[in-house]
Amino acid sequence: MATGEKLGVYICSGCDIGGAVDCEKIVADVEKEFNPAVCKINNWVCNEKFVEQIKNEIKEKDLDRVVIAACSPRFLSDLFNFGKVVVERVNLREQVAWTHKPMDENTQELALDYVKMGILKALNSQYPEPLVLDINSTILVVGGGITGLTSALACANSGYKVILVEKESELGGFYKKLHKIAPQKYPYLLLEPNTIDETISKVETHPNIQVLKNCVIQKISGQPGMFDVDASVNGNLIQFQVGAIIQATGWKPYDATKLSHLGYGKFSNVLTNIEFEELVRDNKVAEKFNGKPIQSIVFVQCAGSRDKDHLPYCSSYCCSASLKQALYVRELYPNAKIYIIYKDIRTPGNYEIFYKRVQSEDNIFLTKGEITNLSGNGNGKIDLEIENTLLAPKIKIQADLVVLATGMVPSTFVNVEDLAEQAATTADGKKVAAGAEVGAKILNLTYRQGTDLPTLKYGFPDSHYICFPYETRRTGIYAAGTVRAPMDGVSCKNDSYGAALKAIQVIENVKLGRAVHPRSGDTSYPDFFLQRCTQCKRCTEECPFGTLDEDDKGTPKPNPNRCRRCGICMGACPERIISFKNYSPQIISSMIKSLEIPESEEEKPRILAFLCENDAYPSLDVVARKKIQYSPYIRIIPVRCLGSVNIIWIADALSMGYDGIILIGCKYGEDYQCHFIRGSELANKRMENVQEKLKQLVLEPERVEFHTLSIDEFERIPEIFNQFAETIEKLGPNPYKDM
Amino acid sequence: METYNNGFQGIETDLVVVGAGIAGISAALEAAETGFGVLLIEKNPFIGGRVAQLFEYFPKLCPPTCGLEINIRRLRENEKIKLLTLANVKKIEKTEKGLVLEVTQNPRFVNNRCTICGECAKVCPVERPNDFNFGLDKTKAIYIPYENAYPSKYVIDPQYCKFDECKMCLDVCKYNAIDFNEHKQKYRVEARALIWATGWDPYDATRLENLGFGKYPNVITNMMMERLASPFGPTKGEIRIPNFNMELKEVAFVQCAGSRDENHLEFCSTVCCLASMKQAHYIRTQYPDTKIHIFYIDLRANGILEDFYNRTKADPLIEYHRGKVAKVWQNPQNKRLVVEAEDTLSGVLTKKEVDLVVLATGMQPTTSKKIIPLDNIIDDNGFVRNELDGAIIGCGTCVSPKDVASVVQEATGAAMKAIVKIKEAQ
Repeated sequence: MATGEKLGVYICSGCDIGGAVDCEKIVADVEKEFNPAVCKINNWVCNEKFVEQIKNEIKEKDLDRVVIAACSPRFLSDLFNFGKVVVERVNLREQVAWTHKPMDENTQELALDYVKMGILKALNSQYPEPLVLDINSTILVVGGGITGLTSALACANSGYKVILVEKESELGGFYKKLHKIAPQKYPYLLLEPNTIDETISKVETHPNIQVLKNCVIQKISGQPGMFDVDASVNGNLIQFQVGAIIQATGWKPYDATKLSHLGYGKFSNVLTNIEFEELVRDNKVAEKFNGKPIQSIVFVQCAGSRDKDHLPYCSSYCCSASLKQALYVRELYPNAKIYIIYKDIRTPGNYEIFYKRVQSEDNIFLTKGEITNLSGNGNGKIDLEIENTLLAPKIKIQADLVVLATGMVPSTFVNVEDLAEQAATTADGKKVAAGAEVGAKILNLTYRQGTDLPTLKYGFPDSHYICFPYETRRTGIYAAGTVRAPMDGVSCKNDSYGAALKAIQVIENVKLGRAVHPRSGDTSYPDFFLQRCTQCKRCTEECPFGTLDEDDKGTPKPNPNRCRRCGICMGACPERIISFKNYSPQIISSMIKSLEIPESEEEKPRILAFLCENDAYPSLDVVARKKIQYSPYIRIIPVRCLGSVNIIWIADALSMGYDGIILIGCKYGEDYQCHFIRGSELANKRMENVQEKLKQLVLEPERVEFHTLSIDEFERIPEIFNQFAETIEKLGPNPYKDM
Repeated sequence: METYNNGFQGIETDLVVVGAGIAGISAALEAAETGFGVLLIEKNPFIGGRVAQLFEYFPKLCPPTCGLEINIRRLRENEKIKLLTLANVKKIEKTEKGLVLEVTQNPRFVNNRCTICGECAKVCPVERPNDFNFGLDKTKAIYIPYENAYPSKYVIDPQYCKFDECKMCLDVCKYNAIDFNEHKQKYRVEARALIWATGWDPYDATRLENLGFGKYPNVITNMMMERLASPFGPTKGEIRIPNFNMELKEVAFVQCAGSRDENHLEFCSTVCCLASMKQAHYIRTQYPDTKIHIFYIDLRANGILEDFYNRTKADPLIEYHRGKVAKVWQNPQNKRLVVEAEDTLSGVLTKKEVDLVVLATGMQPTTSKKIIPLDNIIDDNGFVRNELDGAIIGCGTCVSPKDVASVVQEATGAAMKAIVKIKEAQ
C-alpha cells in the first residue's frame, strides 16, 4: 500500500456539506491517520480556479493519487480527470449531507468513514496502464447474403481488410432468390428491382475484400484483435488471423413439410412463398401450370408463424412479401382472383402505404381469417374453407394455387432431431435431451463456454436487444441480419452497417488496450496470480462473456481482449487471485477494515451495503436529490457489478463486527437488467455460500440480505435500508464486535 | 476554438450529429468510441429526447433511464464528443471536403458552475407549464428539465423569467452560476459527415376532434400516460389525472389515433400497438380489477414482440376489439366516456363505456416541420429521404417510424455510414 506522501485530499464544504459535517474535524482526523501531502477544504471544489489549484499541486508535489470528497462521482468526472493520477471520489453530498441529519454525531462519523474508505481505495490502487497487444485489423464476415455483403463493403470502404466466407458456391443468399423488392423508398408504391448482383460484383472486385466460397469455418480460437481461424475451402484447410467477426449467417424458411394441414407436400400446387418467388424470378409460372392461366390464388399468411405448434413469433417480412407477390400475379394474370388470408396485416411504417396501394388493386381481396379445411377436389384445384372472416362467418374458395407465407428460422437454430451429431451439447456446452433445441455449430469457437454465440429464445443469438442491440456475450463477435431477429431487407442493410461499426470499434479499442461497452474506455484488466489457483473453474464458468479458456488441468487462460471488466471472475474466485489495478478483493477489504466499529454498548450498529454502480447507486443519488433520509449506520461501497462481490468481503466484515450486510443489484431473469447479463443472478446464487459462512460463524442468516431493483425504484432504497436497520436492531449487535 | 470576425466561433470535427435523443446519442457514442470527433447538437436543454419521457420500454418492461445512465456516462467521459444543447442548425452548405454548418445556440442563463443544489428553484416566484410532462404540472421559470437530466444543470425559460425585475435566484445562488447576460452564440462548423436524428413529435391530438382530446380531461395521449406512470412524473407514478376525480373501472385504448388515416398520418406509426399493450400492463400493475379495452385495426407485434402480445392476451380483463374508433363522447347521465368503434370490413359496431381513454397517437417526424435547411430532402410525410444519398444521413424515427431497439440498430449503422464518408473525404 502506498502512504500519504503523494496523496492529495480535497474536501468540499459547498452544497450543504459544510452545514452538515464539521469538515475541519475530518481534515484533522485524516491528517492524523494518513499524513497526506495535501489535505484541504474548499467551499467550492468544482470551481475552475480551485481545479486549477489541484492541478498545480499535483505537479508541484508530484501527487499520484487524489481523493475528491464532494458530490457524487456521477457528476463532473470529466472535470476531475487529471491524466495518469488515481482519482477517488467520495460522495459527501448525496450520501451524507443530503440524506442525513446535519451536525449530528452519526453524520460526522459517516462522513469520516467515507473519506477514510476513499483514501484507502486510492492508496491501494494503481493507475491502470492499458495492456497493448499486437493485433490484426482484418474483419471476418461469415455469410455472403445481403447482410454479409453490405457489412463487408462497409468495412472495406472504411479502409479495413475483409475476409468474406460463404458456405455455398455463390454469393447472395436468400436475397438473390428475390424477383423484386417491396418498396423501400418514397413514394412506397412501386416494386423495386433486385440489385444484389451489383452488390456482389462490388464485393468481388473490391481490393480490400477476399471472398472465400464453398467455405466452412472449422475452428476459431483467440480473442478480439487476434482470432485464429481454420476454415476449409472446397475441403482444403486454410488458416488466417482476423481481429473481429461479423456473423451474418441469415435464415432458413420454416420447414413446410411440417405444414401438412395446409396441404404442403400433399398437393403440387401448394407452394411456399420462396418457391413461388423463384418460379416468378425464373419466369416458370406458366410452365408449372402447363400454360393454363391461374384463375384463383390464395396466400396463406402466418403459415407456421404466430403458431404455438410451430414458430411462436411473427416472421415480420411475410405480409409485405405476399403483398408484393400479389402484384406479380396481377401482372401475370390480370383476371385472376387473389385472396390474402391473414391474422393481422403487419405492414409497419411506410409499408402501410404500399399495403393501401395493393388493397386498392382490382381482384385482390384481403381478409382476416383462419383456414379450417384444405382439400384437393380432384380436378387439380384446392378447396379452402375459411372461418372467422370479416366478410362472413365462413367462406369457401377454390384455388389454382395456394402460397404459404412461411416464416424465418435463424440459421443458428437446430432441432436436435434434425442434426443427430449435435445432440450431445448446446452451443453453451450444456447437455441436452433429444428433442431439445440447440444452437447450430457455425463459428466453432474453441471457447470453454461453447462453440457459438449463446442463443436466446427460439435460437436467436443473445443480445441486449433494446438499448445495446449489438452487445453479444462474445466480445468482438457481432450478429447481424436475420440471424439476430426476423427482419426485412432494409433492416438487414441497416443492421449490417451497425455490426460493421461494432467490428471496427472493437479493433480500434483493443489496439489501445481499452474495454468496449459497457465500461467503454476502461484500461484496467484482470490479473491472475496463477501460482495460487486451485483449478476450481468458477471463474471460467461464471464469466458471462466467455473470456476465460482452460488448460487441461482447469487453470484459467485469460484472454484480456474478450474481457468487459465487470469483475465477476474476481467475485467468483475463492482464492482471491484475480484483481484489477484499481479494483480488487484486497482493495475493498482494506476499505472495509479501515473503519472503526463502535463497541456494542454504544448502540451504533454498522451495516455494509454493496451497491451496483450502474443502477442502484444512481438511484440512491435520486434519493439524495429528493432529500429523503435513511439510517446513518449504513456504509455504502459501490461495485462494478454485484457479481464482482467476493465473499471474503462479507466474511471480513462479519468477523470485524459489522452487524449486517446488504447487497443491491439489478433485476435478473429472462428480462434481466444487469449490464453484465448474469452478475446479480450469480451474486444471488453465491448467497448460499454466504449462509454457509454465517453458519460457521454462528451468526443469524438474517444478517445478510440481497435485493434487486431497477434504476427508477429509488423510493425503495431508503425503505430497504431502514427496514434492514430495524432487523439488525432486533437481532442485536454482532458478537464479534467486541472481540 | 477561434473567434470569427463576424461573431462566429469555429468548430472543426469529423461528424456532426443533430438531435440527442436515443438515435443521436447512440450514433455519436458509437462513432466517438471508434475514434472520431463528434459534435452533438440538441435543441432542448437536455439530452435523451422522447425516451427520457418513457416510463418503461417494451417488451422487457425496464426503465429507459437505465440505458441512458450508461450512455450519459459514456458521453461524459469521452473527450471526442462535444455537446451543444439549446442549439439549432440554421444553414448547411456542401463543400468539396464535406459540409459547413451554421449553428446557433440559445442562452441557458445558467453556466457550468451550477451544482444543482436547487436553491434557485426554491425561491423562484414564477411558474411555467411543464412541457416535459405535457403540461400536466408546472415547474419554476428556473428548472431542471427532469430528475436525471444531462447536462446536470438548471436552465431558465426566458419566456417566463422576469430577469432583472426579480433576480431572486441570482441573489440566492452561491456559485455565481446564473448569468442573465448570456447571449446567443453562433458557430461555423466544418465537418465531413452529418447524421440527422431529430426524431418525432406525438401527432397533435387536438386535431382528432371526434376523439374528444382537449374536450374531456380523461381523454389523454399515450405519451401523457407514460408521464403519469413514471415515478418522476406529475403524479409520482400514480395513474390518475391531476385535479380530476375518476374511479378507474374501465379504460379504452384507441389504436391508430391519427395513424393509418389519410386525413392525418397515412403511415403506420409502428410502436403504438406494443405501447398500448405495455400501458395496459402499467394499469394492471396498479389496478388489478380494471377492465381494459383495446380497439385496433390490425395488431402489429412483429418478430419476437409477438410473445408480449400473447402475454396480454392471457389477461382475462384485457379485451381486444377489432374496429376503428369513430367517436368518443360523454354520457351526460354518468359523465363516463363512450367509445364507439366500427369494423370497416364487417360493419360490426362496438360501444363501450369507460372512465379513461388513451389515444395511441402516432409519430410525426420532426423533419415534417422543414427544420432541415436543405431542399428536396424530405418526402410528403416529412420523413428524411435516405436513398438520395446526399449530404446527410437520416437516422431513427425521422426516417421512418420504429421502436427503440430498431432506432439504436439504425443509429449504430448510421455511425458506420458516416465513417465511410469521412474516410472517403480524407
